[in-house]
Parts: sequence; C-alpha cells; structure tokens
Amino acid sequence: MTSTSGNDADAAGLDGPAASAVPAVELIGIGKRFGAVVANADVDLVLRRGTVHAVMGENGAGKSTLMSMLFGLLEPDSGEIRIDGRPVRFAGPLDAIAAGLGMVHQHFRLFDTMTVAENVVYGAEPRRPGFFGRGVVDRAAAAARVRELSERYGLESDPDAVVGSLSAGARQRVEILKALHRDARILILDEPTAVLTPNEVTSLFAVIRRAAEGGATVVLVTHKIHEVLSVSDEVTVLRDGRVTGRFATAEATAASLVHAMTGRAIDEVRNPRTGTPGATVLEVSGLTVGDSGAGSGSGSRTSPGGGGVAAVSDVSFEVRAGEIVGIAGVSGNGQHELVAAVLGTLPARSGRVRILGDDVAGRSVRDRRALGLAVIPEDRRGEGSAVTMSVAENVTLGHHRTPPIGSASGVGRGWMSIRAERARARELIRDYDVRTSGELQPIGALSGGNAQKVVIARELSHRAPLVIAEQPTQGVDVGAIESIHGRLLEHRADGGALLLVSHEISELLALADRILVMYAGRIVAEFPADEATTARIGAAMAGAAEAASEPDPEDPES
Amino acid sequence: MHVFELGFVAAVLLAATPILYAALAGALSAQAGVFNIALEGQMLWGAFAAVAGSYYTGSAWGGLLTAVLSTALFSVILAVGAARWKADPIIIAIGTNLLAIGLTGFLLRVLFGVSGSFSPRELQGLPKMTFLTDVPVIGPIFSGQTVLVPFAFVVIAAAGIWLKVSPAGLRLRGVGEHPDAAASLGVEVARYQTWVTIVGGALCGIAGAQLALGNVTVFTENMTAGRGWIAVAAVMLVGGRPLWLPVACLGFGAAEALGFRLQGIGAPQQLTDAAPYAITLLVLIATRIRLPRRRTAAAVTTSAPTPAA
Repeated sequence: MTSTSGNDADAAGLDGPAASAVPAVELIGIGKRFGAVVANADVDLVLRRGTVHAVMGENGAGKSTLMSMLFGLLEPDSGEIRIDGRPVRFAGPLDAIAAGLGMVHQHFRLFDTMTVAENVVYGAEPRRPGFFGRGVVDRAAAAARVRELSERYGLESDPDAVVGSLSAGARQRVEILKALHRDARILILDEPTAVLTPNEVTSLFAVIRRAAEGGATVVLVTHKIHEVLSVSDEVTVLRDGRVTGRFATAEATAASLVHAMTGRAIDEVRNPRTGTPGATVLEVSGLTVGDSGAGSGSGSRTSPGGGGVAAVSDVSFEVRAGEIVGIAGVSGNGQHELVAAVLGTLPARSGRVRILGDDVAGRSVRDRRALGLAVIPEDRRGEGSAVTMSVAENVTLGHHRTPPIGSASGVGRGWMSIRAERARARELIRDYDVRTSGELQPIGALSGGNAQKVVIARELSHRAPLVIAEQPTQGVDVGAIESIHGRLLEHRADGGALLLVSHEISELLALADRILVMYAGRIVAEFPADEATTARIGAAMAGAAEAASEPDPEDPES
Repeated sequence: MHVFELGFVAAVLLAATPILYAALAGALSAQAGVFNIALEGQMLWGAFAAVAGSYYTGSAWGGLLTAVLSTALFSVILAVGAARWKADPIIIAIGTNLLAIGLTGFLLRVLFGVSGSFSPRELQGLPKMTFLTDVPVIGPIFSGQTVLVPFAFVVIAAAGIWLKVSPAGLRLRGVGEHPDAAASLGVEVARYQTWVTIVGGALCGIAGAQLALGNVTVFTENMTAGRGWIAVAAVMLVGGRPLWLPVACLGFGAAEALGFRLQGIGAPQQLTDAAPYAITLLVLIATRIRLPRRRTAAAVTTSAPTPAA
C-alpha cells in the first residue's frame, strides 16, 4: 500500500506544490433531501489527486446519492462542490464529464450489438473525411485509441469484439475505457465488483492502482470491507446520509470500518451444527440440462463453450432435512440452469429430480412448489419480485390461492382477502425487519437488501421443507446479510433442507454443511464443511482438476 | 401466359417500390427505437397529397414535392408526440392511420366533390423512363417505370451505409438500442428520434406519390390497402436493417405480381388478392421460429438513481 497517512508533505513531493495544496475534488457540507427523507446531510469529502478513495456504507447510507451529485445527475440542496479548488455547478453529467469526471455505473450502460471500439468512442468519435463530405467514423483511429488506453492502464480488451458477447468483467473494462477516452481524471466506480469473478476483481484492482499511480483520482463506492482494505488509500464511511468515519486505510481495521458503517459490532455468523441430517428431501440424479439459450439469470454469459453444450451435465447429489448444501462456482457454470431444472422452468434433458420422494418429471412449477419447494431466485427484480407492485402484493404472490389470503374452496374460491394480505404483510415486515414506509409501498422503491428481505420472508415463512437460495445476499449490505444468514440457519435448525447457490466462498463457508463445486456444468468437487477452505474451493472453481476431491455422494458426516 | 419473364420482373419492382420507401422509413425509426406503425396512414396521406399537388400545380413533380413535404408535416404528430412528449407511439400511430383514412376521404369530397376515387383527365402522372426502351434487358424492366423505382435502391443503400459509417448513424443506432446510455454520453435522444421520424414521413410521402402517380394515376380511398402494414412486417422481418429490406420487399412485390398473373390465368381474384398478406403472415411465422431471440441484455435498462430509502 502506498503512503496514505494524510501526510500532505509527502503528496507535495510527488505532485508538486500546486497539486498537493488543491485536492482533485472537495465536497463541502453537501446536503440532499427527498421529501422527508434525508439522503445526505452535511457531508464533507476530500479526494486527493492520485489516490484511491473508498466511499463505504450500507445500502441506503447515501453513497449513491452523494456520487450522483458529484457526477451531476442530482443537484445538491446545500453545500459546494469544488474541482481542482474551483467551485462548480453541474447541470448534468455532461458538465461533469467536461470537468474531467467519469463514472462507471453498477448497471452497465453499453450498446450490446456494437463493438468495444464503437462503445468507447460513441458520442466523441474520431472522424475522417468521407460519405459525400459528411465525415465518417474513423474506425482505425477508434481501435487504436482503445488499444492505446488498454495498454496504458492494463485494461485488456479487443476493440473489435461485440460487447454483447463479453463477460461482465470485460464489459466493465469497456465502461472504464469510455471514461478514459473522455479524458476522465476522476473516476467513480459504483459497486464495481458486484458482477465480477474473484480473478476479475484482482485485475480490476490492479487497474485501479495503476490509474492512481498515473495521477488519476479513483472513487470506489462499495460496502465490501475486504475490498476497501486491499485497494484504497483512504476511506470515508457514511451512515444514514452522514459521515461516520474517515480513515487512512493503513490505519483502518475491519472492525473499525464495520463499527463506523453500522454503529455497532457485527457478530460473525457462526454455523452452529445441529445433529445429523434427516431424511432426503431433494434427490437429483444424473441430471442433464440443455443450454437455456437466453443466458443465465445474472445476465452474464452461459456456460463456457456455449452453443449446444449442456449447461448441466450428469449432476447427482442430495439434500437432507436439516442440512445446508452449498453450490460454489463462478457465475455461468450451470448453477442457474440446475436450479431452473429443479424448479421446473427449464426442462431436463435426462436424469431425475425427486422432491420428498416424488419424481417431479413433467410437473409444473406450481405442482413442485405445492410439494414443498420454495425458491429465492438470483434475479431479485426480474424473477423474485414484481417491482411495481406493493410489498403486500409481493408477499402474496404464489400464495394467493391458499388461506388466509385466498380460499381453496367455497364461495371465496377465486377471490383474495386484501385485509388478510395486508395483515400478513405487516406481520412479515415486522418479523423480518423490512425498512419500508408501509406494506403498500412498491417493492421497487425499497433498497436492495430490504427488497430481498421481502422475497426471503415470502419464501421462508411458509415453512417449505426444501428451500433453494440463489445468491441470497448479492448486493445486500452487511446488516441485511447478517439477518438473512440468520434466517437461513433458522430454517435448517427447524429441520428444513437448503440448497444454497453462491459465488461468495465466505458465505458458503459460513453456512454450508457440504460444499459442491460446479465447473462447466459438472460437479467437480465436494468438500464437507470441515475440509473446505477458500483455497481448495477457489482452485476447484477455476476448473483445476487436481483440486477435485473424490466426489462422495454419501453424507460425509455420520 | 408466361409467368417468368422480364415483364414479370417489372411488375415485381412496381409492386415493391412503394413498400420499399415505407419500409425504409420504418427501419430508420426502428433503428432509433421508435416502433413506427403509422406507415400505412402516412403513405395514404402521401398518395392523396401527391394527387392533389399534381392536380393543382399541373405537374407530377409538384405532386411529389407536395407529398414529401406534407407527409413530413403529417409525421410531426408522431415525431413530437412520441419522441418529445413521450406518448405511446403505438397509440399515436393508430390515431394517425385512422386520421389518414378519414381525412383523405373527407378532403376528397370537399376539394374535388367526388367520393371513391379521383382521376381527372388532366391529372399528371410521374413520367416513365421511356428513353430506356431500346436497351436490352434494362428496357423491358425499367422503361415503363418512374425514376423513383431505381432511386428507392439508391436511397436504401445510402441509408444503410450512412447508419454504418457516419457518426450520426452510429449515434442513431445507439439511441435505439440503449437510450439511457446514449443520453449519458451527451446524445440528445429525443432530437434524433424526432428527426428520424420526420424523415420517415418524407419517405412515406415518396411511397404515396409512387403509388398514386407512378403505379397508377389516380387517388382511391384507402388505396394503400395494407401496403404500409406489409412494410411494417418487412421491417420486423429484417430486424430494422435497411440493407436487407430489398430482399423482403421484393418478396412481397413478387407475391403481389404473381397474384395478378394468376388472376390472368383464371384464379379467383379474392384468392390472389390475399396472396401478399398470406405470404407476409407465413414469412413472419417462419422467421419467428428460425431466428433466436436476440434481445435480452438490451432490454435491461437502468433507471436514474433513486433516492435510497
């Protein structure tokens, strides 16, 4: 880590007196309200040139609002923004871009059908004469520009590749190149690692360091503590819209950051083992699933190899009552298709799925759920909830035919009790600590963590014997992760079976009794909890054959 | 009677040309992300304006100019309504189509005191390229056609290349694919959508002029008879890519021309009239089956940052 301890004299030596005296960006006393909600209050933030500055906070802490104001997407109600010491007012992001800012949004804004070079130069195209004097896009110059920037910052990318065919990491590099093409000196990265594989995270961090060493100022918006500790120089922590901590990273600890973020210390979720597992609840044998074609739910690429290759091939395992089985793997190695085949949204090419002993071949999703299956899908907004509908309606979905909301027979058949729906929603909001203005608020207006709590409340509260959770804590803040993990462990303690698909090894280590690793559609390794380590799982995830242990379909405990 | 001869090729081109212009309008709109189904109404208005313009100015070129300008103006309803005011383009287009039928029928009575059709003896049609008569192969195909027939292919090629190579074309494609991304890079989405729709109106004006002053020299109520809808089908068929439009449109033209030929050899008229539409339907079904869905990621758009709760 470079010297960061706030010693201005050091920085002066590096950048010259003018650069050191004037920070690249100063936010002074920034405030922003949305109606009665205070999003930011009296926030001061100083970004020194050539440093990586992490802006930390839980979801809803006001990080995004603050960055939106810096990038000209929102106008602050109070306070001042200075770039290179000069006060600025941005009417929109274009002003911010002109002032040397660049922002890589969490959700990419790319043209999938166009090439990398076209995406990078779009709106600021190099031109050459042609087309009846009207000028044409100079493709060679565009490609050269991409290559030059790629090389300078270590952003590996092919100018001629079509963006829609790229992995999430490569798409992110295109976003960064877009900002660099516009000569951004201040780069804002909003939750950049949410969609990346561990390897991609490592190379992104290398790019970030390289950019900072080249004199750029990088803002890393994140809620992941280990990222902050590994890549940043300085940290500003927000909670409830206010600054609750400022650290030089060298002097910060995980505990101090968590404390500043949450206002309390978080107990690591321990995995309290509870006896031996019971009867088999889910049995998958020899399951093979074709490529879904439409891509996996995460929006990333389908299985390596693509084409006609099976997304899931010959997968067998079982999950017992009172057991959590984890599925590890880099996104797009068949996990999503496996879940879809168990749920019934993708047909199995061959093999068998039994839920509580019943072969579910040919059965509808509704039938399978009626057997005792609940699913917490990876795509919270697309599959897990109906974003424009209220929290109450979202809690009802799928349970609208059964009491107390629906009625299976009699005159009430086909009707729902709105009163019962709202009462149930209020109860779950309380039990699951969902932060919402009320059960009638659209779920899309909730923060990611709170929306996920609603989905989890719906799926767990009916006490289904088998729960499948896909990435249940993706994009969810620390406090909510703790509560969600607690709920999942409770489900196991009550004798439920849980199949947990996660890309976070730490999550699997914290929760699972057994961990299966998927690679290229197959289960390539299996580890009982006490033999699992990050290194071993990571190696198996990368497809290293030698890391694969003997797959053992029998329960490793007993 | 021989079905496949140069005269048949001429008939195919004649039938395809109005559809080509309208489909180009639709394809450009599609590239900018506006689903334009007002082609039928705009073409009908263009046909009426062409006849009225030709009648009043005494020149077919005056008719063409009237059609181009007034249809461009007519398309402002869709352009401003959908692009600027963010109304639903489908609803505006339906309104436009209904308005065109009613308005042309109404003006036919008010201005010319006739109903049904209007073809005074002094009405000037667009001149045919008779100077080509003696050229082998070209002659039999083009000598009976207006210059708008070959011009359609020139315009389509130019539009296709413009989309590919020019900065404005690149931006237009981006506007259609991911408006938020385009806007975040400083491209004014509404401006591109507005202008492309108005240019499309002008093209539909040409389509109408070719139909009423080129293919025939008459205005008949509802004379477009679904050609605008076939153009919409053609746009969907080629995924909005202009350079593929000739393939689709010539196919429809062939179906129509074939219908006429079959009538000539005794097939019932009702059946042959239905041929282009039936073929449209079949081709659309066939392509839905064959083509993989190619928009999943593009459908995912991002919204402006929301205040976190």
